[in-house]
Amino acid sequence: MKKILVPIKMVLDANMRPRVKTDGSGIDLSGMKLSINPFCEIAVEEAVRLKEKGLAEEIIVISIGTAKAQDVLRQAMAMGADRARLIETDQPIEPLTAAKLIRFVAEEEKPDLIILGKQAVDDDCNQTGQMLAALLDWPQATFASALKMEADTLHVTREVDGGHQTLAMPLPAVVTTDLRLNEPRHCSLPNIMKARKKALDITPVSVCGVNIETRLNVLNVKSPEPRKPGRRVADANELVTELRTAGVI
Amino acid sequence: MTILILADHDGHSLNDATARAVSAARYMGDAIHILVAGENVGPVAQAAAHVSGVDKVLVADDPTLAHLLAEPVAELLIELSKDYTAVIAAATSIGKDILPRVAARRDVMQVSDITRVIAADTFERPIYAGNAIETVKSSDAFKVVTIRSSAFDASPQTTTAAPEENISLPSKAWKAHFVSEELTKSERPELTSARIVISGGRGLGSAQAFQTVLTPLAERLHAAIGASRAAVDAGYAPNDLQVGQTGKIVAPELYLAIGISGAIQHLAGMKDSKVIVAINKDPDAPIFNVADFGLVGDLFTVVPELVNILG
Ligand SMILES: Cc1cc2nc3c(=O)[nH]c(=O)nc-3n(C[C@H](O)[C@H](O)[C@H](O)COP(=O)(O)OP(=O)(O)OC[C@H]3O[C@@H](n4cnc5c(N)ncnc54)[C@H](O)[C@@H]3O)c2cc1C
Ligand SMILES: Nc1ncnc2c1ncn2[C@@H]1O[C@H](COP(=O)(O)O)[C@@H](O)[C@H]1O
Repeated sequence: MKKILVPIKMVLDANMRPRVKTDGSGIDLSGMKLSINPFCEIAVEEAVRLKEKGLAEEIIVISIGTAKAQDVLRQAMAMGADRARLIETDQPIEPLTAAKLIRFVAEEEKPDLIILGKQAVDDDCNQTGQMLAALLDWPQATFASALKMEADTLHVTREVDGGHQTLAMPLPAVVTTDLRLNEPRHCSLPNIMKARKKALDITPVSVCGVNIETRLNVLNVKSPEPRKPGRRVADANELVTELRTAGVI
Repeated sequence: MTILILADHDGHSLNDATARAVSAARYMGDAIHILVAGENVGPVAQAAAHVSGVDKVLVADDPTLAHLLAEPVAELLIELSKDYTAVIAAATSIGKDILPRVAARRDVMQVSDITRVIAADTFERPIYAGNAIETVKSSDAFKVVTIRSSAFDASPQTTTAAPEENISLPSKAWKAHFVSEELTKSERPELTSARIVISGGRGLGSAQAFQTVLTPLAERLHAAIGASRAAVDAGYAPNDLQVGQTGKIVAPELYLAIGISGAIQHLAGMKDSKVIVAINKDPDAPIFNVADFGLVGDLFTVVPELVNILG
């Protein structure tokens, strides 16, 4: 295969606790650490491994977002991606729009494989890869935990509710990553330096010919109901007594 | 206002998540049809016909549909969807795989993993690993929605069966093919529908301890077994037991977290349980912040004690 396209999203770092804005309009990201979505990092790592095995020639990472998303694109290039594209916008982008914008880039770049994260840990939507596959009329393998090429056929093992399932498909195809696909590498300083010189092409969203108006209006964002404070029990005996009193055992 | 639900099943029996999706659908429309797609799915269709609130069962029986692969099932749903105001499914690995394809082809934005229906076009759904709940109103005329099973009770069984209608699959060349599957066999109740769940974390230390320490307690309590991501990553438990933001979401009557620290991604999968128990040797473990009953101690002594007391 020649090209792999990896769409990556910049999100609130998974170790940060989100703060709900008091006016109920959303999550306050000001001053918070933003990072590459963990599933996207796994997607980049998988693409780099395929290239290292000699199975791919070029890896292009793409992000749709603000100018700040260049940071995660640089990180992906430090991991081994060859070049990057930013579709720049200050507007919130829903998965359907993201899928259409990625299709726009895919039509230009003509990749053989697109690897996405299974889910962005901010919106927790778990849709973009499947939508993209449908728009391109490509086969898909979601929630991948292992990938291998056999001749021209891609074999993907998927994490499903009952265990694992393996699918085979021709390229081009769309894959979305699960947590156990690989463990992403740390970027070395020389690679971080090298990544600064790699090409990062910026396209304003307005030239992509995609209507980015949102379809879901967010009426309100609130904190979940807090749980009632619990209490400590001294030992196993007291625990069993409490659970019997509560009627749960 | 007729809603079409995609039935979730394993080829033999109807997943209880489907009956939960029926409950959600009842808030969204006035008639409910269920699509049972698969191979030799007669018994599944029968079960679907006996879920209260279901008005009709569409049966698509075809070898191509045997493993509910995304391409053919989505194509079938897209074709059928023209007669419906919404297509919905439980947010299982099947529903999550298939429904976004339907949404994209119908050019609508899917509403994923809803926990409440406020109106036929307005829903609540958790975001940021359940650290926030957003209320969204869809402006699309046609709706595609996935349902978080733990947030809805299963619609009960009825004695009168809804009528069945056979439908056929559009003929097309499908690109992805099924090769094999490896399903975890377990004596334990199913994780997402069990009344009691006992989950183990990295604190268990080995696959062997995971089994020998947790199984006797699970047997006493007729409980399902779950795991944290760290326990799954370390190979103590199979992937399908993972509870959390990116695993399964559970809300049993009783949840015991044993040797689990309580990272937000784990809490995302269990914090709506009715009663939560934490057993951890670290008194500062965050899991204690959500536990109704916290026991600070070494799990290797506490759990066998519990087994003894329960007899
Ligand atoms: C994108 C993303 C998605 C994730 N999704 C999930 C998910 O779906 N589910 C999930 O669980 N995690 C998920 N995680 C991982 C999560 O952040 C934590 O790393 C994980 O939950 C930790 O598992 P743990 O509590 O078993 O291990 P640890 O955090 O290592 O905790 C082990 C606990 O065991 C206790 N312990 C050790 N020995 C004993 C003993 N003898 N007796 C009693 N207690 C003992 C320790 O005090 C400690 O609190 C995700 C992370 C990311 C970044
Ligand atoms: N704005 C974006 N830019 C680049 N990739 C994205 C964007 N939004 C979603 N994706 C991709 O789609 C995956 C799933 O996102 P979601 O459907 O929002 O959960 C992510 O892991 C990314 O690979």
